[in-house]
Amino acid sequence: MKVLMTGNEAIVRGAYEAGLTIASAYPGTPSTEILENLVNYKDDIYCEWAPNEKVALEVAIGASIAGARSMAAMKHVGVNVAADPLFTFAYTGVTGGCVLVSADDPGMHSSQNEQDNRNYATAARILMLEPSDSQEAKDFMMLGLELSERFDTPVMIRMTTRVCHSKSMVEIGTRVEKPLIPYERKIAKYVATPANGKVLRKQLIDRLKRMEKYSNTAPINKAEYNDTKIGVISAGIAYQYAREVFGEEASYLKLGMTFPMPMDLITEFAGKVEKLYVIEEMDPYMENQIKMAGIQCIGKEIIPEMDELNTDIVRKAVFGTDTGVLQSEKVAVGRPPVLCAGCPHRGFFYALRKKKNIIITGDIGCYTLGSAAPLSAMDTCFCMGGSISAGHGAAMALKKGGSDKKVVAVIGDSTFFHSGVNSLMDVVYNKGNSVSVILDNRITAMTGHQDNPGTGYTLMGESTREVDIPMLCRAIGIKDENIYTVNPLLLDETGKVLDEALSKDEPAVIIARYPCVLKAFTDQDKEEFDLRPKKCYIDQEKCTKCKVCVKTGCPAIFSGEQITIDQGPCTGCTVCMQVCKFDAIREVE
Amino acid sequence: MGEIKNILLVGVGGQGTILASKILSEGLIQAGYDVKMSEIHGMSQRGGNVSTQIRFGDKVYSPIVGKGEANIIVAFEKMEALRWFEYLKDDGIMVINDFEIPSVPIQQGTAKYPEGILEDLAAKAKVLVFKAGEIAEKVGNARTMNIVLLGALTKAMDLQGIDWESVIMANVKKGLEDINIKAFHAGADQVK
Repeated sequence: MKVLMTGNEAIVRGAYEAGLTIASAYPGTPSTEILENLVNYKDDIYCEWAPNEKVALEVAIGASIAGARSMAAMKHVGVNVAADPLFTFAYTGVTGGCVLVSADDPGMHSSQNEQDNRNYATAARILMLEPSDSQEAKDFMMLGLELSERFDTPVMIRMTTRVCHSKSMVEIGTRVEKPLIPYERKIAKYVATPANGKVLRKQLIDRLKRMEKYSNTAPINKAEYNDTKIGVISAGIAYQYAREVFGEEASYLKLGMTFPMPMDLITEFAGKVEKLYVIEEMDPYMENQIKMAGIQCIGKEIIPEMDELNTDIVRKAVFGTDTGVLQSEKVAVGRPPVLCAGCPHRGFFYALRKKKNIIITGDIGCYTLGSAAPLSAMDTCFCMGGSISAGHGAAMALKKGGSDKKVVAVIGDSTFFHSGVNSLMDVVYNKGNSVSVILDNRITAMTGHQDNPGTGYTLMGESTREVDIPMLCRAIGIKDENIYTVNPLLLDETGKVLDEALSKDEPAVIIARYPCVLKAFTDQDKEEFDLRPKKCYIDQEKCTKCKVCVKTGCPAIFSGEQITIDQGPCTGCTVCMQVCKFDAIREVE
Repeated sequence: MGEIKNILLVGVGGQGTILASKILSEGLIQAGYDVKMSEIHGMSQRGGNVSTQIRFGDKVYSPIVGKGEANIIVAFEKMEALRWFEYLKDDGIMVINDFEIPSVPIQQGTAKYPEGILEDLAAKAKVLVFKAGEIAEKVGNARTMNIVLLGALTKAMDLQGIDWESVIMANVKKGLEDINIKAFHAGADQVK
């Protein structure tokens, strides 16, 4: 039976059919739906959200060593976090097959950079597969687990946004159970001391040779010979674009396994075609290896090294043809992402932007939108968990340099659990004086509402112990009197708490606790917060059109001849009501 | 290789483009086509632009539609029609729902909703404009606007050989099957 599936759904189906039993991940676009779909098989597969990608990969590694087939999934930048265990796991190899799914985001649809994670395969020396559609995503997941066991190596499946999120037809099969491989203690294999490491390092070199030999004969590296005037080497989604642009006339070498590269196969193909193109998205990954082997080819001379490719770009680059397009002189206004109506972050950022003489270090999540106008209340954002540690560094530099500026670090609950906890330890341990704000909206919101160690629920829907953030901060060493919990929708109170925290010359933490308005409220949420549906409206007789309410950036407020509130999206958060100096905004009775 | 047909459904989050494209692709699969579909939604959960690209034929490679390649664009919102106009083929058809959803810069008064979109696009390409929301309301449920537009699409693309009624029955909320089928036909009736 064939079913229309996204690449992410197909990865899940492949894992299921191949008898996988353990999976761990941290959510991140475009990889999030992998574990979200895997949980549909929770009777057969244990799956979990880990607090970060390093933990997720380590869980998969442990499961493999214990004899199960396992996987970890993450977005491209997540692999940076997981790189430490990954590089040594390449030395030790596996017991049960283990696959790391890396979902890259060329074009940065929802990421802070567009790094090409194929470079990790060469750097860590792990076998890499690159699916180009959903059928391959499923097939390569199954093959990846097999090859992992056969070559005793972790396998990376490198997806990209278009492969993850596009739907194409997939043939469905049945699950083959893989019983746990009986445990044997293998200290020399799994304890990576320098002495063992030296032996493992040599084994890795030998394994590479065996993997390259396989790559040259692997059925997923296949040549399609048509006219040999033009030959095209491609992989992943770029193959789909190339295949369409060059059509039936050209010959193709379509690579499914791109590390180690099948250099014999490439040499043979290059010898048979007159003009050789290498079509790939982002880095000249294949091209550099091909050119280093002394083979002439055309690649990044014409194909852009950044952003996503598509058929237009490839066609224009190769044939110089630009299909004339219909054009209008009128310009469509953008629809930039904004904090939702009723978002608790809005209240916090509105209060924060009033504070002068501060640097605001930010982090990754919905609240990064606090950097956008009209709030503009954020100075930096690099990576998960970086706000608190970068804030500490900035605070120490300011202090040492004699500046009286202070630093406020802003981080979400899930991002705090991800790697902000370590940063906060650094602030306390090294006697910093920055203010760390944890925007606890009771969910991992940005990626579509995943549970995390603070929500009280697991991915598999079980209730569990939740992290007590104030207690955690106390345990780290923040003084009791420097830990504040505030409802960020109450502007005066939030402002006062900020003033007080900023007045201290020692580490302080503010926990801005209020649930994301879009989340499914738990019984606990309903008990703790006033979540009754409410609405606000503007009394036009009192409104002076000063537009202070508009400056909260709320998408429910319309500024035209009159200032009005759209009752649809309004949640009655009352932030606009609190900022109005003319008592013109009221709650609907 | 048979010709590949390209369809774009473009709109704003919450307008029901995703369900319409699901029904569309299921119908095309039942008719025996190779189908690829690609969804892009903006980062925000609400109010961002949403587009679905559907390509079908004997064998489809790329899952995305290039500029100047769409046989039909169904714009669930007027400004989205303008945004995606350059993706329309010279001889393609654009179905436009005559409905405005301002974006945040417009709401805040820092930008203006462009005027005269319909006249401008109609002067340059084959355009079919109607108020899908009003038709849906007449049928009895404003939320069937997406199915009204789907009905117009299938007729404009000459895809009436497919048993759309059964695909709709299988995909819409229980109890709302009849009203959705009515909406579908009301949409098709807009195409003469």
